[in-house]
Amino acid sequence: MIAELGHYALALALCVAVVQSTVPLYGAARGDDILMSLARPAASAQFLAILVAFGALTHGYVTSDFSILNVAQNSHSLKPMLYKVSGVWGNHEGSMVLWVLILALFGFAVAAFGNNLPPSLRARVLSVQGMIGVGFLGFILLTSNPFERLIPAPLDGRDLNPLLQDPGLAFHPPMLYLGYVGFSMAFSFAVAALIEGRVDPAWARWVRPWTLAAWTSLTGGIALGSWWAYYELGWGGWWYWDPVENASFMPWLAGTALLHSAIVVEKRDALKSWTILLAIITFGLSLMGTFLVRSGVLTSVHAFAVDPERGLVILALLTIAIGGALILFAIRAPSMKLGGMFQPISREGGLVMNNLLLSVATATVFIGTLYPLFLDATTGEKVSVGPPFFNAAFVPVMMPLVLLVAVGPMLAWKRGDLPGAMARLWTAAILSIAAAGFVWSQQNDVAFGPIVGFAFAGWLAGGSITEWAERIALFRVPLATSLARAGGLPRSAHGMTLAHLGLAIFICGAVADSFWRQEVVVNAKPGETVSIAGFDLTLDKIERTRGPNYQTETAHLSVSRDGAPVTTLRPERRFYPVQQMPTTEAAIHSTFLADLYAAIGEGGDRQGWTVRVWHNPLVPWIWAGCLVMVIGGLVSLSDRRLRVGAPKRRTNAPSAAQVAGAD
Amino acid sequence: MSRLLYLLPLILFLGAAGYFAAPILQGKDPSTLPSAMIDKPAPARDLPALIASKPGIDPASLAGDVRLVNFFASWCGPCRVEHPLLMEIAESNAVPLYGINYKDAPGAAVNWLAQLGDPFQRIGRDGDGRAAIEWGVYGVPETYVVDKAGRIQYRHVGPLSREDYQEVILPIVERLREANG
Repeated sequence: MIAELGHYALALALCVAVVQSTVPLYGAARGDDILMSLARPAASAQFLAILVAFGALTHGYVTSDFSILNVAQNSHSLKPMLYKVSGVWGNHEGSMVLWVLILALFGFAVAAFGNNLPPSLRARVLSVQGMIGVGFLGFILLTSNPFERLIPAPLDGRDLNPLLQDPGLAFHPPMLYLGYVGFSMAFSFAVAALIEGRVDPAWARWVRPWTLAAWTSLTGGIALGSWWAYYELGWGGWWYWDPVENASFMPWLAGTALLHSAIVVEKRDALKSWTILLAIITFGLSLMGTFLVRSGVLTSVHAFAVDPERGLVILALLTIAIGGALILFAIRAPSMKLGGMFQPISREGGLVMNNLLLSVATATVFIGTLYPLFLDATTGEKVSVGPPFFNAAFVPVMMPLVLLVAVGPMLAWKRGDLPGAMARLWTAAILSIAAAGFVWSQQNDVAFGPIVGFAFAGWLAGGSITEWAERIALFRVPLATSLARAGGLPRSAHGMTLAHLGLAIFICGAVADSFWRQEVVVNAKPGETVSIAGFDLTLDKIERTRGPNYQTETAHLSVSRDGAPVTTLRPERRFYPVQQMPTTEAAIHSTFLADLYAAIGEGGDRQGWTVRVWHNPLVPWIWAGCLVMVIGGLVSLSDRRLRVGAPKRRTNAPSAAQVAGAD
Repeated sequence: MSRLLYLLPLILFLGAAGYFAAPILQGKDPSTLPSAMIDKPAPARDLPALIASKPGIDPASLAGDVRLVNFFASWCGPCRVEHPLLMEIAESNAVPLYGINYKDAPGAAVNWLAQLGDPFQRIGRDGDGRAAIEWGVYGVPETYVVDKAGRIQYRHVGPLSREDYQEVILPIVERLREANG
């Protein structure tokens, strides 16, 4: 009964979305306030209906109602509660419901907090948002009904893929989707602006917080996913340039560019058509991620169960949404007024370079991911592109960007002073040389990779700190005055400094891990010892126990350094009988400076056990850097100017805004 | 001219969308070998030895018996996953295994084999990935069944699981052995 209610709520949401996507748009074209004002209750109703549907599906999972096909295929009565709930989005159908739920949540947010938007823009944004909703709700109802019944109901379910039964992965999809779908806001605003034929700083002021929120979530989501791959897959690595990873990385790169170009629109009223194009591309790449994971056109380690027909439907949706937006762009963008002019050496110039480099980086990842597909379709030839391509092509594009991140914020708007900026960056230069020198002195054999990498990270960190210190006149005025100044800075300034520092921390971790990682793989019997990076790991015993829905073999590895005990690592090898699938649970001893990482493979008492040990220097910095970026995003998001609903009412807003805002 | 510039994103997008649609509409599965390569002789290219003590791979060495040819790399995570199975296959002597080391630093590959074990009878080095292109490798790991005449008979994409090996590969190997006496 509850499942049927959920199914009905989804159908209801589709009907509401159809209304939301047409009536307000028509009203905006006609200038009819009443028709336009329909957008807000419609967006709220759509959100509520989808929330009911999502709740109904969650209820099915929590109560283990195996008469629902989706629950029977992806859940099990013995599964811990956390994974019963996360199982809702651990499969294709449920994840699509989460997708539309988040889409409707963003629409609801505009409806609830968009009091100060011009009513015609708000009506159009919500209409476009409604159109996306129509597409995906229709897709769910027609091809991927999550509420399909299974009669007779089986006694127990088939369980969730054990790799996905993990706290890191429980929260990875919702964060990733908040990011993917969050870019739909930028897209809807872009399309609405194209329909209106007008982009002004007020528009950018609205787009920025949504983009920032989406970017922050996506950063967190990608970091969680990479962290999960690191400790759960048991391969010791954290990024594999796998098509599915790239699918989430491309919108991140494009979104980062969008975040920066929107600043230029807001502050200088320039780069307008480019920003609109970026908003369309960013959301297009998000949709492409959804498509690639489900269509099976590319093989990947972690894809959903693929279904070419569903893939084709998503591709059709993608073509209609992005193709339609680009047609609109081709018609309307040329007539948009050009904004403020600026010199090449200026803050705007720096941000244009940022956008160019990030676009090239996005294109590099795009080509690397899809080249095999293109070539196969053209010539029938099959090629492979692996980490060697990405390391060779992506890193060189990012290097000038890192140099620029330190310089850009030092330049003034309109006309900057490059020699002056460079002169003020002497602290960054010193930090850069110091970092390089320290790395050089620590290395036994001189390798240039890490020296260059750390020099870049030092430059970036030094530049970001210098810029921040200059704004509060640190060491030039009494400390109390400086602190007062820091309090007076807009939070977005702190956010930027934090995000750039996070990038520097991330670079340190990535460079150190790729050059200095050590690994040892041995076949060990209890009592034997493995040595790595000054640590001695002794295999004490292997213990066999049971978990709620799995059996496990736990190795006890006592770790010592120079004879002094450090810790005990307990890597596990689990076997999930329902899915007949083994998983590895790595054990990690993490200090601030390095991870000692152990995993065990197959084995037995007689032949011994495969024990793999990695020493990964600075790996925690990779996620620490991402965390600092996320904090930077959140701090910036809390800026008063960007706070949802806080910006000042446009003084020339027509009185209808007040009327619509009052109800 | 400037109007055309604004049309460019649309044109590029439609081109890309066409490429996405093509494999689905043609019903292609990326994990199957294009039929063109099946029953064709394995590409004739001499691959130098990776390890001094073990010969490399040349066309002549592929004839005479049914063999598995495995593309691997030390940087490849999934290769690590299938490696214990390859070791078992080597120990069982069911079918000879040849390895082709794909786009790898020789030192890293040698270390990798020293640590995980070396299941291969011959190992060829494919440093620039040319051989992989000729064989039609989509991504490592991939495993090919080559018959007595040195022709490719089957291709497996991705890490080999025990089921793949026992239920698909082994029957093919046995069929090929019987077929040619």
